[in-house]
Amino acid sequence: MSSVLVNAPRSARRGDVIEIKTLILHPMESGFRAGANGTLIPRDIIERFTCAYNGVEVFRLALSPAIAANPFIAFSTVATETGTLVLRWTGDNGFAVEETLSIAVE
Amino acid sequence: MNRRQRSAASRTAVAALAAAVAVTVTVALAQTPPGTTGDARRSGYHDMGPALRAMQDDDSANPAMLWVRDGEALWNRRLGAAAKACADCHGSAASMAGVAARYPAFDAQLGRPVSLEERINLCRTDRQKAEALAGGSRELLALSAYVALQSRGRPIAPPDDERLRSYVAAGEALFKRRLGQLNLSCAQCHDDNGGRRLGGALIPQAHPTAYPIYRLEWQGLGSLKRRLRGCLVGVRAEPFADDAPEYVSLELFLMRRARGMTLEAPGVRP
Repeated sequence: MSSVLVNAPRSARRGDVIEIKTLILHPMESGFRAGANGTLIPRDIIERFTCAYNGVEVFRLALSPAIAANPFIAFSTVATETGTLVLRWTGDNGFAVEETLSIAVE
Repeated sequence: MNRRQRSAASRTAVAALAAAVAVTVTVALAQTPPGTTGDARRSGYHDMGPALRAMQDDDSANPAMLWVRDGEALWNRRLGAAAKACADCHGSAASMAGVAARYPAFDAQLGRPVSLEERINLCRTDRQKAEALAGGSRELLALSAYVALQSRGRPIAPPDDERLRSYVAAGEALFKRRLGQLNLSCAQCHDDNGGRRLGGALIPQAHPTAYPIYRLEWQGLGSLKRRLRGCLVGVRAEPFADDAPEYVSLELFLMRRARGMTLEAPGVRP
């Protein structure tokens, strides 16, 4: 189960710099913490976040175990043409979440 | 550790704490409240840094909104033997505006005050004929955050209910009662030394203006009850049982203490 909040403009003028803000529910378990019985809790983090604009990767982020739970990622890109932004979070234990946004550029 | 060592260790801890308080008292400055003059009360919001304040103010950066979104889905989901959703009785969640600002309220059927979380669970068991949600569970926090959000920006307005009077008085007495190995009452920190620092951390005035809160230390959403439990452990007292009436009494008193302050739920706190 995963939950994502994305805030991005639905439309923009060509050449505008647009900001995309994302928030995802994830424990980001570092793998260095001991549980109640003293054994290590296995690592469970998001390893990678990418954003593809009409199939072209415009932003990529490698996440580390030091990043807190529920990571907030904000980045900007230039609105070039009408199309879709595909946001992908992938990580440990087969974690994969995809969100597609459409943007109208005039 | 035997008994003597334990009591010696506890004496040392108390002495260290007293020394820390003595040092910070001389350093700390009395803080003036923002906005209203004459009202020395301050929400913990104003004691946070600009980054955290911005995090709370921006709904797309406030992680509590992840729970709120779940709460919205739960509000509209039909469940239980009655196959009813919250929305089937209450309609739009906008009908909940002001509810979080006046709870805990007296429940005539139970003959005692109930908190907002308990109220949600009573609705589940009585109206939806579904199982009650566990205290502190994700679903319960999500629903209470969604309901609390409807009262954002409203002043805290606890009702002057005659039936609540004895419970409020019990809460006030508890607030002023010394507890735990450190032998501290809530009032000694939050009334007498609110705004000052203890071991580098700011002592807030303890106004429940933003619950449920996303606390960075918890890396998740938590209720006022969880916060109270944390304080009890902090003074090394045995926390009350999960369903103890003390929590509701304290909550009742705290809401009256914060009467008129603006509700910011769901907030972000360090």
